[in-house]
Amino acid sequence: MSEKEIHIEVHRDDEASKLGMWLFIFTELLLFGGLFLVYTVFRAEYPQNFHEGSLELSVTIGAINTIALLFSSMTVAMALSAIQKNNRKLAMRLIAVTLLMALIFLFNKYIEWSMKFEHGLYPGSPLMPHLGRGDLMFFSLYFFMTGLHALHIIVGMVLLTMCFFKIKNGTLNYQKYIHLENGALYWHLVDLIWIFLFPLLYLIT
Amino acid sequence: MSGNKKNEYVSYLEHQGKYKGIFSWIFTLDHKRIGLIYMYAIIVLFSIGALMGLLMRIELIAPGETIMKPQTYNGMFTVHGIIMIFMVVIPGLSVVFGNFFLPILIGAKDVAFPKLNRFSWWVYITGCGLAIASQFMQNGPPDTGWTFYAPYSTTTGSNVIMATFAAFVLGFSSILTGLNFIVTIHQMRAPGMKFFNMPLFSWAIYATAWTQLLATPIVGITLLMLIAERLFGIGFFNPSLGGDPVLFQHLFWIYSHPAVYIMILPALGVITEIIPTFCQKKIYGYKAIALSSLAIAGVGFLVWGHHMFTSGMSDQARWFFSFLTFLVAVPSAIKVFNWLATMYKGSIDLKPPFLYALSFIFLFTIGGTTGLLLGSVATDVQVHDTAFVVAHFHYIIFGGMGFAFFAAIHYWLPKMYGRMYNMKRATIAWGINFVGFNLLYFPQFILGIEGMPRRYFDYLPQFQPLEVVSTIGGFILIGGLIFMISNLVQGARKGEIAPANPWHGTTLEWQIPSPPPLENFDEAPIINPNPYDYK
Repeated sequence: MSEKEIHIEVHRDDEASKLGMWLFIFTELLLFGGLFLVYTVFRAEYPQNFHEGSLELSVTIGAINTIALLFSSMTVAMALSAIQKNNRKLAMRLIAVTLLMALIFLFNKYIEWSMKFEHGLYPGSPLMPHLGRGDLMFFSLYFFMTGLHALHIIVGMVLLTMCFFKIKNGTLNYQKYIHLENGALYWHLVDLIWIFLFPLLYLIT
Repeated sequence: MSGNKKNEYVSYLEHQGKYKGIFSWIFTLDHKRIGLIYMYAIIVLFSIGALMGLLMRIELIAPGETIMKPQTYNGMFTVHGIIMIFMVVIPGLSVVFGNFFLPILIGAKDVAFPKLNRFSWWVYITGCGLAIASQFMQNGPPDTGWTFYAPYSTTTGSNVIMATFAAFVLGFSSILTGLNFIVTIHQMRAPGMKFFNMPLFSWAIYATAWTQLLATPIVGITLLMLIAERLFGIGFFNPSLGGDPVLFQHLFWIYSHPAVYIMILPALGVITEIIPTFCQKKIYGYKAIALSSLAIAGVGFLVWGHHMFTSGMSDQARWFFSFLTFLVAVPSAIKVFNWLATMYKGSIDLKPPFLYALSFIFLFTIGGTTGLLLGSVATDVQVHDTAFVVAHFHYIIFGGMGFAFFAAIHYWLPKMYGRMYNMKRATIAWGINFVGFNLLYFPQFILGIEGMPRRYFDYLPQFQPLEVVSTIGGFILIGGLIFMISNLVQGARKGEIAPANPWHGTTLEWQIPSPPPLENFDEAPIINPNPYDYK
C-alpha cells in the first residue's frame, strides 16, 4: 500500500548501541554479583573447607589462564584500533589471536575439570554427597562459577567470530565498527569477571 | 480503512510490509504493533489466570473438598501466581503501553533497538510457552507457590525446573525491554525535548526500566542455582546439604520486591497522564512526581527484608527493613496528594478512564495503608501468611496495576485503533468491576485477621460466611471483566470512528492522527516545554 521509505529500519545510532551494551554489561555483572554474594556467605560459614578446597586447585593453570585472558583483552583492543585505522588484515589477525587465547583458556579449563572428574569431584557424582558440607559447597561453587564463566567465554567467542567474518566481507569497516567495539566490550567483561574469580577460588587461602 | 478517506497518510495498521497476515505482526519491527501483540498475549494469559482464580474461589466456597483435590489446589495457586506475576503484571503496562506510547510521547519514530524489541517479544512468548508446558508435563504442575521457596522447591517431585526456567527466560525478556527503554529515553527524544519536558508516563517507564535492568539478574542467577541444585544435588539452599534456605529468600526478594515497583510504577505513570487530561488542568508538582518515581524505584531496592520478618532475621535487620519500608510511603503519598491537588478546581469529566483512575486511587490507598500494617514487625507477625496478605497484594496488584491497565486501555484505545468503545457500557462495566473487586477481596482482610491462612484448601466452618461473600464477589468481577473486554473488543473492531483527540489531551500522542501513522510523526513534532499545557 505504501511506497514510503521506512526510516527507522535504516536508522543508525552508534552511541545508542554502545549505551545499550554498557547497560547489558551491568546486568551481567549483577548476575555474577549474585554468585559472589553466595560465595561470600558460604566462605564466612565454612572458612576452613574453602581454604582446603582452594589448595586442591592448580594455581599454575589458573595463572596461565589469567595471562591468556589478559593478553586476549589487549589483542581485541588492538584489533579495534586496527580497524579504525582501516587495516583490515591486521584486525583479522588480532581477532584470530584473541580467539586462540580463548581456546587456550577453554583447553586449560577442560584439563582442570577432567582432573576433578577423575577424582570424582563433580556435581552429581556419587562421591560428592559424602564430602563435608563445606567441601561440597566449595566444589559446587567452583563448578557453577567457572562453568557460567566458560559459557560467557563461548558467547564472547561467537561474537568475535561473527566480527571476524564481517570484517572479511566488508560489512564491518573503518566507518562502521560498532559491532567490534561492542564485542570487545563484552570480551573485557569476560576478562574482568575472571580477574575476580581467579583470586576468589585459587589464591585466597 | 474507511476512517482515512480524508487523510493521505498510511496508518501502522494498514501498512503492508515485507510480510503478510499474521507474520506482519510477529515479524514486525514497529513498536506499536509489538505493543499490541504483547497486549493480546497478556489478555489471553490474564483470562487463564483469572479463570484459575475463580476456580480457587469456588473451591473455597465451602470447607473441605468442593471441586478439586488438595494437590490440584496447590498446583492451581502456584500456576495462578506464576502466570499473573511473571507474565501479566510484571511485563503488563510497560510492554504494552510503554512500547506503544513511550516513543510517541517523547517524539520518536520508534524505540532505540526495534530488532531487540521484537526479539524480547519472542523470548517472552517462549517463556510463556515453557511455563504453560510445565503445567501439563507428566510430573504435575509445580506446587511451590510462585515464590519457589527452598528447601521444598529443591525436593518436590513436581515440574519445578521447567517453571523456574520459564521465569528465568521471562526475566531475560524483561531485562532486554528495560534496556531498550532506557536507551530510547536517553537517545531518541525529539530535538527540544529535555528530560523535564517529558510527559510523566515516560518518567515512570524510565524508573521502571532501571529497576528491571538492575534487579532481574539477581533472580536470574538465583533461579539458575535452584535448577542446578535440583539437577546435580548441589546444596546451595538445602540445609541438609550445608546450604541456607533463608539465603534463597534473600536473593529471591532482592529481585521480587523491586518487581512490585516494576508493576506499579508504570501504573502510577498512567494515572498521572489521565488525571490532568480529564481535569483539563496542568499537573500539580511535575518535578515532584517525576522524581518520586525514581525515589520509589531507589528505595524499593532496600526493603526486600519485609517479606521475611518471620523467616529468621536479627531484630536490628527487622526494624531497619521496617523503617525503610515506611519510607516508601513518602514518595507514594507525594504522588497521591499531587493527583488530588491537580483535581482541585479542575473541570472534571467523569469518563470511564477517569473513573478507573479514581478507583485506582481508592484501591491503591487501601492496599498501601494495609501495607503499612504488614511493614511493621509486630503486626506482621500476627497476619503473616494469612488471607490478609492475599487481600493486601491483590489490592495493590489488581486494584492498582490491574485497574490502571483498564484505565490505560480505555484512555488510549481510540488512539490505538482509531475507534471508540461504547461509553455507557464501559461505565457500567467499571461499576460492576469496582463492586465485584471489593466484594471479592475486602472480606479477605477480615478473614486474615481472624486467622484464615493463605494457600489453604480447607478452613474452619466459622470462616464460611465471609468466604461465600468473597466467592460471590469473584463471580461478579469475572462477569464485569467479560463485559468490559467484550465492549472493548467490539469498540476496537466496529466502534465509531474516533477523532484524533477525543479527550482534549495535550501530550504528543494526541497531536497525531488515530491510528498513528507508521512512523508516528510525518512532520517533526512541535515540542511544548510544558507537556500539560491546559488553559
